Amino acid sequence: MNPFGNIKTIAKRELRAYFASPVAYVFIVIFLLLNGFFTFMVGGFFERGEASLANSFFVWHPWFYLFLVPAVGMRLWADERRVGTLELLLTMPIAPWEAIVGKFIASWLFLGLALALTFPVVLTVNHLGSPDNGVIFAAYVGSWLMAGAYLAVSCITSAITRSQVVSFIISVVACLFLILAGFPPVINLLQNLTHNWQWLVDVVTSFSVITHFEGFQKGVLDSRDIIFFLSVIGFSLFATSVILRTHRTN
Amino acid sequence: MIKVENLTKQFGNKRAVDGISFSVERGEVLGFLGPNGAGKSTTMRMITGYLPPTKGNITVGGYDIVEQPISAKKLIGYLPENAPAYTDMTVHGFLDFAAEIRGLRGDAKKSAINRVVDLCFLKSVLHQNVDTLSKGYRHRTCFAQSIIHDPDVLVLDEPTDGLDPNQKHEIRQLIRKMGEKKAIIFSTHILEEVDAVCSRAIIIDRGAIVANGTPAELRRKSEWAGAVTLRLNNVAENVVQQKLNQLRAAKRISTATNGNRVTVTVFPRTAGDGDLTREVIEATNGWQVEELRTEEGRLDEVFRTITMPDTKS
Repeated sequence: MNPFGNIKTIAKRELRAYFASPVAYVFIVIFLLLNGFFTFMVGGFFERGEASLANSFFVWHPWFYLFLVPAVGMRLWADERRVGTLELLLTMPIAPWEAIVGKFIASWLFLGLALALTFPVVLTVNHLGSPDNGVIFAAYVGSWLMAGAYLAVSCITSAITRSQVVSFIISVVACLFLILAGFPPVINLLQNLTHNWQWLVDVVTSFSVITHFEGFQKGVLDSRDIIFFLSVIGFSLFATSVILRTHRTN
Repeated sequence: MIKVENLTKQFGNKRAVDGISFSVERGEVLGFLGPNGAGKSTTMRMITGYLPPTKGNITVGGYDIVEQPISAKKLIGYLPENAPAYTDMTVHGFLDFAAEIRGLRGDAKKSAINRVVDLCFLKSVLHQNVDTLSKGYRHRTCFAQSIIHDPDVLVLDEPTDGLDPNQKHEIRQLIRKMGEKKAIIFSTHILEEVDAVCSRAIIIDRGAIVANGTPAELRRKSEWAGAVTLRLNNVAENVVQQKLNQLRAAKRISTATNGNRVTVTVFPRTAGDGDLTREVIEATNGWQVEELRTEEGRLDEVFRTITMPDTKS
């Protein structure tokens, strides 16, 4: 069988499993409620009087994902190991990377669905003014890529442990690093500490999802930003495969 | 179909499997016996490609499990210990997934699912979620998964664990029937199962093979093999002891008195010695014999003596 077919079968099973339990619905409802509340109440969507979603809507996404994406990703491998189905999965005639990619894609599509369900915000802003929908589209793409990067990090932490809780906590901390590396107070602190060693500050900030997400929010699809997110995903999935293999050899 | 050569698995400084070799051909059902922690599951996990061996080779249907894992795994159906199954889906959904990952599509998939549902008696729970199933049903669901692609090789880790006696019987029948056309390895703690199902059995202890043969051959290793048990009426115990101890073919005897009834077992000097029965019959001339039977040997006793060296005489 071809790798594509295997990946599809695994992704399909994973997606089915999401919707068989209440987790998927709870997640989507919370994500939408948070988005609504922060956009209109905290983000001051109406007060701004801008026909744009950047500062009221997308700006919160790195922070929502910080808690919500690890909640989606924590069960990916931890649960397979706890229940013992990992043994079943890895003795089927598929390559381990196909399973890793299949499971990742399923969760990523699920996050994409949750994100797509925020469409009423787009309708609202289009009703009230005439925003640049190209910019909004780019920001959606960026937001989804960012979610993918967080998810891939959660894949690693989920492969490390049998416990979903431990996986959740570690991946929140790891994702927090990805945010804080580009957070202005942290950059200032770093500049003071290192006496303005700009290269070091640049290296650290280049790891920040916020820095790379900013371009998308302005409507710029910069290949460097896309490559950043895709390489975080690629590297993390590779690390996941190494961790899963190490478990088996020891 | 399955060939294992000098297989070794090291966990840290513990050697779980230590240089074992054996092979299983089509039409054979190999029983894998041994105490807990002897290395049965580890060996099976290596054969199915879940754990990589530290040393040694495994080929399944001519494919090396390490070099050509996908071709080898296609031939194998595997029931892991504790029968894991995805709890967040229905039995049908789970079997559908298993069939698809084995490359079955459309009508072939449908008929494969129907076949295993019938074989494993899953019809009544088909649309139930796996986590609501009783242990027996969950076990059968996982078993159904392992035979969905009608594999040439079956590796079953304690397939009857946790089943009630009727279910055990059904699964054993199924294994024996499938064993006519497939190569099957299964592990068990239950020795009666070996007689009921296996064409050959291997006993492993501390990672090494300590016995290998047909159930009858293994039984013959027992000191009970060929022993003669007698029940006598109105004969004094010491008279019986004296007379039977003189028999040339007898190694030792054990006696028990209950009222005026004496039960005696005479163990043969060489296991399975047919002369003993004849000698005992001659010696009982004039006694009132209620019962006389020749023992076939006991697997549990063989198992105990070769897996616990402390009790070896």
